[in-house]
Amino acid sequence: MAHESSSEDPQGRPLLRNVTVDTVVAACLVLIGVVVMVEARRLGAGWGSDGPGSGYFPFYIGLILSVCGAAIFVQSLRARATDEQVFVDSVQLKRVLSVLLPSALYVGVIMLLGLYVASALFIALFMIVLGKYSVLKSVVIGVAVNILFFAMFEIWFKVPLYKGALDPLGFLGY
Amino acid sequence: MDEIGSLMHGFAVVLTPMNISLMFIGVILGVLIGVLPGLGGANGVAILLPLTFAMPPTSAIVMLSCIYWGALFGGAITSILFNIPGEPWSVATTFDGYPLAQKGRAGEALTAAFTSSFIGAFVAVLMITFLAPLVARFALKFGAPEFFAVYLLTFCSFVGMGKGNPFKIVVAMTLGFALAAVGMDTVTGQLRLTFGLTELMRGFDFLIAVIGLFGIGEILLSMEEGLNFSGKSARINAKVVWQTWKTLPQYWATSVRSSLVGIWMGITPGGATPASFMSYGLAKKFSRNGSKFGTGEVEGVVAPETAAHAAGTSALLPMLALGIPGSPTAAVLLGGLLIWGLQPGPLLFVEQKEFVWGLIASMYLGNLVGLIVVLSTVPLFASILRIPFSIIAPVIIVICAIGSYTVHNAMLDIWLMLVFGVMGYVFKKLDYPLAPLVLALVLGDKAEDSFRQAMLMSQGEVSIMWANPLVGTITTLAMLMLFWPLIAKLIALVRTPKVDELAAHRPVD
Repeated sequence: MAHESSSEDPQGRPLLRNVTVDTVVAACLVLIGVVVMVEARRLGAGWGSDGPGSGYFPFYIGLILSVCGAAIFVQSLRARATDEQVFVDSVQLKRVLSVLLPSALYVGVIMLLGLYVASALFIALFMIVLGKYSVLKSVVIGVAVNILFFAMFEIWFKVPLYKGALDPLGFLGY
Repeated sequence: MDEIGSLMHGFAVVLTPMNISLMFIGVILGVLIGVLPGLGGANGVAILLPLTFAMPPTSAIVMLSCIYWGALFGGAITSILFNIPGEPWSVATTFDGYPLAQKGRAGEALTAAFTSSFIGAFVAVLMITFLAPLVARFALKFGAPEFFAVYLLTFCSFVGMGKGNPFKIVVAMTLGFALAAVGMDTVTGQLRLTFGLTELMRGFDFLIAVIGLFGIGEILLSMEEGLNFSGKSARINAKVVWQTWKTLPQYWATSVRSSLVGIWMGITPGGATPASFMSYGLAKKFSRNGSKFGTGEVEGVVAPETAAHAAGTSALLPMLALGIPGSPTAAVLLGGLLIWGLQPGPLLFVEQKEFVWGLIASMYLGNLVGLIVVLSTVPLFASILRIPFSIIAPVIIVICAIGSYTVHNAMLDIWLMLVFGVMGYVFKKLDYPLAPLVLALVLGDKAEDSFRQAMLMSQGEVSIMWANPLVGTITTLAMLMLFWPLIAKLIALVRTPKVDELAAHRPVD
């Protein structure tokens, strides 16, 4: 299977340490917890005229979230000196981004061209660029998969999918 | 024996040509989902859920539960042939399954795995048949405090039984609850945590979260490793099956023990993974060939597979009888029930007899269909894994996008799916468990309702959680589970603990 483009150099430069990401994520969680608590207070975290207010339950959830988040934060700070695990190295990051960025682009294109056309383009381009397949083979697979989906959703199960702002398949009448 | 009569009636409901063909379609789709990277039981069912909206509920649940069985069977294929566990609870199957495949005995290993899965699931379904109605009848007496106590026990069990940092388990859970709180408050109708964004009014749908966390997250993780599948090939023919079946009865003690472990652990949430590891460990200890475990013993495949399936099946008991799912996949099935207008819980057994017994009957039949399908089609599914990842990956991302869109016909959901995907990737790498997050997201509103009702009854006194022996016992048990990591540490101070050599292999789920 020579198609996996990145299998030649398995060793990458370490970019991020596990503890660093752990600390940042814990800090974000504490922040989310605090936001939930503040918002819950605004909604009424206390006892209203007819029982517990809308914010009663979320307030405690926010409290537990930020307290436990803080605990993880402290733990990760204490592990800084000893934990040498690598979260992601340069090769891994490149591989992950090579899927993630095209996917984000794909979702953007869906908004313009609709699910079917965008998906056919996505599959074909993914195969050409990352899989190093011939253009013909990639286009055939991309189009075939989406004809199958079209038949399945629009015709058999009658679940209409998003056609996009430009509606390039409008001539089909679905 | 009321149950047997009801069950026979259930068989009559299920045994229509339409339902049987749906069963086969479901199992095949399920095995496909189980075999493909990035698609598992939970997100597979989530993606296919919208397709069943037009079907009658019984047919829909028959198909969905068969997808579930298929996915469970499919996990064993990747574990044995490719040393890639499709689901967390298939990890223990790789210990002896892959060495067997390396020795060229893959057919034997697969037959043993499928057969013991079937047996584990069968024993668990028998248990559900007789126990679920009893639990449901008992639960009819439950009030709000009792229900909240059961929710509490469910979530605290994750801390007590889970592996890894207890704080991370609690954080994952509360994050799920916080996400569940977004949108319309079910009691007062107030908008919560939407920060003025009308798109957030609907709240976060757990189906989107499941598709993103498990689907996209898994693709990103597989991509990171630059996956090169190097699988063993397997041929299963009638002769191999027959010869393996002849050897299986000698492992009856392991099967019985593993089924019981599976059932016991399966009823509590997140139990399938610990159950498979525990029964592998027990089998290793009790077997005469214990020292050879890990080098390719059929018994080492039988034990974890039986337990994992018994647990996976038992997870449906609390879902049906109490409305509290024991696993993310059971949670997705519960979401399906809610969409079809069925309220899972004790009343389901009274008001929707036909549906419940149809479902239980379909568990018996679905497992049988599953066994037949996987035994006859393994080479076909194994060849799917040989399709290069650069074709599989974009197709799965497209399927996930379509699945998220169809839930509410909303574009925003596809973006959310991507965000959840990145979150799933980061959380998975940092050992945050995803199952409690999903379960909290599903049960958030209901747990909150029962909490508020309980507090309303007692005018804000927490002591209502110990107001009578029943609710008191459940709450105390929950507290025990919650503080178990601490208690275990104290015990370890007094007595030197046994070293669990398998613990390092067990994934956080």
